[in-house]
Amino acid sequence: MNVAVCVKQIPDPAAPGELDPSTLTLKRDGKLILDDSDSYGVEMALQLADQAGGGEVTLVSMAPRGETGGLRTALAMGAAKAILVSDDALAGSDALGTAKVLAAAIKRISPDLVVAATESTDGYTGTTPAQVAELLGMPSVTFANKIEVADGAVRVHRQTEAGYDEVECPLPALVTVTAGVVEPRYPSFKGIMAAKSKPIEELKVADLGLDPTQVGAAGARQEMVSVEEAEERQAGEVVVDEGDAHERIIAFLEQLKVI
Amino acid sequence: MGVDKIWVLAESVEGVPTATTLELLAAARSLGSTVEAFTWGPDTESLAPVLGAHGATRAYTVGDVSPGLPGAPVAAAMAAQVQAGNAPDMVLVATTYDGRDVAGRLSARLDRPVLTNVVNLTVEDGVPTSHHAIFGGTQVAKARFTGPGPAIFVVRAKSFVPEETGGGPAEVVTVEVPDLGRANDARVLERHVEERAGPKLDEADVVVSGGRGLGQPDNYAMVEELARLLHGAPGASRAIVDAGWVPYAYQVGQTGKTVKPTLYVACGISGATQHMVGMKGAKNIIAINKDQEAPIFGIADLGVVGDVHKVLPRLIDALKARS
Ligand SMILES: Cc1cc2nc3c(=O)[nH]c(=O)nc-3n(C[C@H](O)[C@H](O)[C@H](O)COP(=O)(O)OP(=O)(O)OC[C@H]3O[C@@H](n4cnc5c(N)ncnc54)[C@H](O)[C@@H]3O)c2cc1C
Ligand SMILES: Nc1ncnc2c1ncn2[C@@H]1O[C@H](COP(=O)(O)O)[C@@H](O)[C@H]1O
Repeated sequence: MNVAVCVKQIPDPAAPGELDPSTLTLKRDGKLILDDSDSYGVEMALQLADQAGGGEVTLVSMAPRGETGGLRTALAMGAAKAILVSDDALAGSDALGTAKVLAAAIKRISPDLVVAATESTDGYTGTTPAQVAELLGMPSVTFANKIEVADGAVRVHRQTEAGYDEVECPLPALVTVTAGVVEPRYPSFKGIMAAKSKPIEELKVADLGLDPTQVGAAGARQEMVSVEEAEERQAGEVVVDEGDAHERIIAFLEQLKVI
Repeated sequence: MGVDKIWVLAESVEGVPTATTLELLAAARSLGSTVEAFTWGPDTESLAPVLGAHGATRAYTVGDVSPGLPGAPVAAAMAAQVQAGNAPDMVLVATTYDGRDVAGRLSARLDRPVLTNVVNLTVEDGVPTSHHAIFGGTQVAKARFTGPGPAIFVVRAKSFVPEETGGGPAEVVTVEVPDLGRANDARVLERHVEERAGPKLDEADVVVSGGRGLGQPDNYAMVEELARLLHGAPGASRAIVDAGWVPYAYQVGQTGKTVKPTLYVACGISGATQHMVGMKGAKNIIAINKDQEAPIFGIADLGVVGDVHKVLPRLIDALKARS
């Protein structure tokens, strides 16, 4: 079974975000790393390919400046190869533009299963995967917290408001995973060494046969108008517990008439 | 471009429109002159009175989609209406599991972008404009579309307050679902409902949430006990949801529920921006954390620097002694 995993490479979320004053979009000029949200998809894909008794896990990523930092991490976890779409024409892409690029890249490898995260850490639109599925004409099951593959179909526990739905879907299909789905492995030293020589195919917009006006800032057809300070909540009273803090809480609850 | 017609994706549970649906109807009414619902399910007639009472004059329905998922058929039916000339200026969708599927697929079908994580909507110079909380809600960004409509917005829960208009039942109009090819091949085999006692997390007047500071899964019982004593609902940070201590339905924050209770009590929660966007709308916040530098104290009305293993048992005993 061949699995394609969408992996986003993002700025380190620990570093404070900054807006580009001219476009009011997030600056992404530092080193990029593997989005933690996608490490679950990579792990799930590796386990499913393994259980199926063969097949490859291919990473698909769109990132600026030929960035491969995050891809190397996922290759070190065990993925076989990667497709990286990197092109100056893609700067300023929105979710739909990104989805067009990912869908075109995925088409080249016709995988049995496409895995993505429910939402990325930096963009968190949460719509890219459904857009990819629609562009590929594929069925999709989003918000999986358990996945099994058997007899040419994927069986998923899909989160719902009330609990979860057991959903079955014939392959090829797209599934998005939540953080609960598996525990991602840490790359081993051997994995890290092996990753250095694994193939990363780098593609341009033209290689994918996409119209440059459909992607990037031109294709985004949306703009940021302004950024303003939000109304701030003020910190209130802070007490240090000396064995009596519960009394202060009770008094506060009484004042609110909660009790 | 003014805003005339707005569609609201109307979700329902057991024949009752969801709270977010009613919130979106209220938003739509304040922005446009014609509000219509777009829905699915076995019995739209039963939804029509409530949808109408909240301002929808018409409810398009694709009918029962089960055992399939709604994403593909509902998006395709909406797109078909638009392509046939029945196009709204805006489509409002809630940030829900099915809502995001519908919005994503609709966007791809119509080749129209989507703006997500919307917390407020306005019309400025005739242009629909969305507001987004960024950097953990410390700043508000405004965005808008520059191309042709319909403008698709995915809106976070609790961004608007439902309001009845006293309108009569919405007119139910059944619409065709075009051929979906393989896109609709997923089948729901079984639905599992996890029972929870007490008020629902996103409706409760008091929410008591626990985080990694509780130390181990068993200690979550203290959070549940305190929630019960305050007639509230227990919630959680993502850290302990991911760790498997409690189900995802308990999660408060960016990827979980948005709550706006009268009182939110955060126990052993650091106050990551992704947690705070889901609860900073609470009227009052109490935080218990042993680290006095924890960011949660920056928004707490009452901050207790202390150990949850000491403060919570004493608080629970004191509350029990009163009742
Ligand atoms: C894309 C994305 C989406 C996310 N969405 C969400 C979301 O929806 N909701 C969410 O909650 N998080 C979300 N997160 C995760 C978030 O960034 C934090 O990792 C998470 O909220 C931390 O949970 P926590 O506060 O329980 O744990 P920690 O950050 O580990 O904090 C534990 C706290 O407990 C305190 N503590 C320890 N021991 C004690 C004790 N004995 N007594 C009192 N206090 C103690 C510590 O001082 C610390 O402040 C998201 C992250 C990403 C990247
Ligand atoms: N640039 C990208 N490259 C690869 N995968 C992506 C990219 N953008 C989004 N994705 C995938 O789509 C998911 C949802 O992203 P988003 O719509 O940004 O929340 C991510 O977690 C990834 O799995």
